[in-house]
Amino acid sequence: MDSVDTIQHRNLEGYVGFANLPNQVYRKSVKRGFEFTLMVVGESGLGKSTLINSLFLTDLYSKDYPGPSQRIKKTVQVEQSKVLIKEGGVQLTLTIVDTPGFGDAVDNSNCWQPVINYIDSKCEDFLNAESRVNRRSMPDNRVHCCLYFIAPSGHGLKPLDIEFMKRLHDKVNVIPLIAKADTLTPEECQLFKKQIMKEIQEHKIKIYEFPDTEDDEDNKLIRKIKEKMPLAVVGSNVVIEVNGKKVRGRQYPWGVAEVENGEHCDFTVLRNMLIRTHMQDLKDVTNNVHYENYRSKKLAAVTCNGVDTSKTKGQLTKSPLAQMEEERREHVMKMKKMEAEMEQVFEMKVKEKKQKLKDSEAELERRHEQMKRNLEAQYKELEEKRRVFEDEKANWEAQQRILEQQKLDASKTMEKNKKKGKIF
Amino acid sequence: MSESAKPQPQGKGEKTHGGDSSYVGIDAILEQMRRKAMKQGFELNIMVVGQSGLGKSTLVNTLFKSKVSRKSVQPDPEERIPKTIEIKSISHDIEEKGVRMKLTVIDTPGFGDQINNENCWQPIMKFINDQYEVYLQEEININRKKRIPDSRVHCCIYFIPPTGHCLRPLDVEFMRRLSKVVNIVPVIAKADTLTLEERDYFKQTIREELRANGIDVYPQKEFDEDAEDRMINDKIREMIPFAVVGSDQEYQVNGKRILGRKTKWGTIEVENIAHCEFAYLRDLLIRTHMQNIKDITGSIHYETYRVRRLNESNIHFSAHLSDGPAVQPKANGQPEEQPPIAPQANGVAAQHEALSHEM
Repeated sequence: MDSVDTIQHRNLEGYVGFANLPNQVYRKSVKRGFEFTLMVVGESGLGKSTLINSLFLTDLYSKDYPGPSQRIKKTVQVEQSKVLIKEGGVQLTLTIVDTPGFGDAVDNSNCWQPVINYIDSKCEDFLNAESRVNRRSMPDNRVHCCLYFIAPSGHGLKPLDIEFMKRLHDKVNVIPLIAKADTLTPEECQLFKKQIMKEIQEHKIKIYEFPDTEDDEDNKLIRKIKEKMPLAVVGSNVVIEVNGKKVRGRQYPWGVAEVENGEHCDFTVLRNMLIRTHMQDLKDVTNNVHYENYRSKKLAAVTCNGVDTSKTKGQLTKSPLAQMEEERREHVMKMKKMEAEMEQVFEMKVKEKKQKLKDSEAELERRHEQMKRNLEAQYKELEEKRRVFEDEKANWEAQQRILEQQKLDASKTMEKNKKKGKIF
Repeated sequence: MSESAKPQPQGKGEKTHGGDSSYVGIDAILEQMRRKAMKQGFELNIMVVGQSGLGKSTLVNTLFKSKVSRKSVQPDPEERIPKTIEIKSISHDIEEKGVRMKLTVIDTPGFGDQINNENCWQPIMKFINDQYEVYLQEEININRKKRIPDSRVHCCIYFIPPTGHCLRPLDVEFMRRLSKVVNIVPVIAKADTLTLEERDYFKQTIREELRANGIDVYPQKEFDEDAEDRMINDKIREMIPFAVVGSDQEYQVNGKRILGRKTKWGTIEVENIAHCEFAYLRDLLIRTHMQNIKDITGSIHYETYRVRRLNESNIHFSAHLSDGPAVQPKANGQPEEQPPIAPQANGVAAQHEALSHEM
């Protein structure tokens, strides 16, 4: 059975023209314009705003609109500023997300939470936009890259750095940078970089890795970049004259630290990597890896219907049988629980009813007693009345007899009178 | 020796009839003091506080031009941030031109390095107060040593990270609490990060914030003794916090070997005042104000502590005594009721001895 793998290579005999495809893609992309969201995280005073200004050669944060660095915040905030820049006909909508207040307070526990919330909310927006019926315009606001600024202590990573990177390395592309690198001499810088990389590996932090290409030349460059990680950067937009040349740099009494000089710092490496060569790759990794992770976690949470998402870890690689088995088990458990609940309810009801019956029985008894008493009282009353009545009757009879007697006497005297006298 | 200068004795209360015949020689006391001090030697206790990686150990090494920091004594190949604040005290005996000094450097690794830094100043305050307590107990002993070993912290150097913007809440909190118990000298660490304009702006911001929060750092305004002192100290106050760079490596610059840091764009000279203010800090701490620092620690911070402690134990004591004013601080002729008290630390018993000493 021939599978798809055996695609046959054929040579063309003339010019067909599909070599023009890249140009079509190019023209379309240029028309559409590009979007890129860059997040900068680090303590106050590490030169984040200056570096952004240097990278894009604009004054995102100028004197009129001072960056968040000028004010120390009480709580960590996430601020976003959009800018549209054009170069050679190509439009770039650049969004810079800044996190003022990060790591500045006395107690910095959970200062990464606002950052995580922001990143998740952007992914969620995209997920919702993707799942809509009408998805003609899907603005991509997901954070494509997070530049994490490490203070140039020269020793190693701070506990805060490690915590932050551990929590964010699977949500966004983390690129650690050594800020204000003009503090370190070249030897110190080497040692510091080695120490940082060692600690990153120790704590299993996954920073952004440059993809290997097939081209050997590119691979050599990439390997060189990898050796220099984390990049030690210096930022400046001030132009100074050095040996007749105008360069961007920082003027010290002992010399000028040039920003774009590869010997002085790794700024050019960062700029080339971030903008000139790997911007698209950053976007792809964000889309294919970080966003997919987020999406599967989110959707797995929804399908498991309220089961704790941390248990499932959103791996859709579980076999459907296992899934069904689990669901069945859950269902059975639910049933059992409901049964137990019902029993409980039933018992409760029975008890209630019994109580009620007892109550009404007692009530009836009481009433019965009362009625009896009433009855007796009435009976007594009746007896009383009868007696009174009897008395009255006796009286009346006595009176009648007296009256009879009187009548008899009266009639007797009348007769006497009749006899006596010749009734006049 | 004072004879070589041959000054006129100035108003020493003696009528000068001119010439050397009226020279009494009271100023020779300076020479006697000097000899005694040389024999005894000096003690200096410096504490360095700041986040890890700010160059504290390097600066201390640079200040005393020798490896006196904790890192040099216990070389720790892996710089691990400790989980809690530790207080490490290292003592060295250093000597220069016959003058001996017992230098103690107290380091505080772990300060301000955790994620949650609440109350990270507490162990430090406790340590400082403990040193005062030890000195106090020694002082109020009946049989006390001729020269009480002084382990009190004379000076605390606080390292401010060179953000270039303003003080962090942690810095403000710490300095506010500790400026009341010890002399604090704030310095901007790793000042080679800042250009000159940034440095001035940063210093200004820091000074304003210190003023706004009522933090009195060394040299304190209220302890200036006279106009001359005030003038000198005002100049210093205009410059604090010092922007310092430390280094214990030497490089060749213009044919001279000097301490510095070599970068690709230039070499930072530590002792060049055009580059950084290390020289000012060193002069302040060692060459001009060392005795003043010790005096203020002894006569003001320590006294505050002592007064507070004795008041506490006085209240405690008189609260325990049920009958009458048996122990009033001003009571005369009250012999100790319990004469043979063990001279060890017992706040109540110590109270008695303190009274007898005061009289």
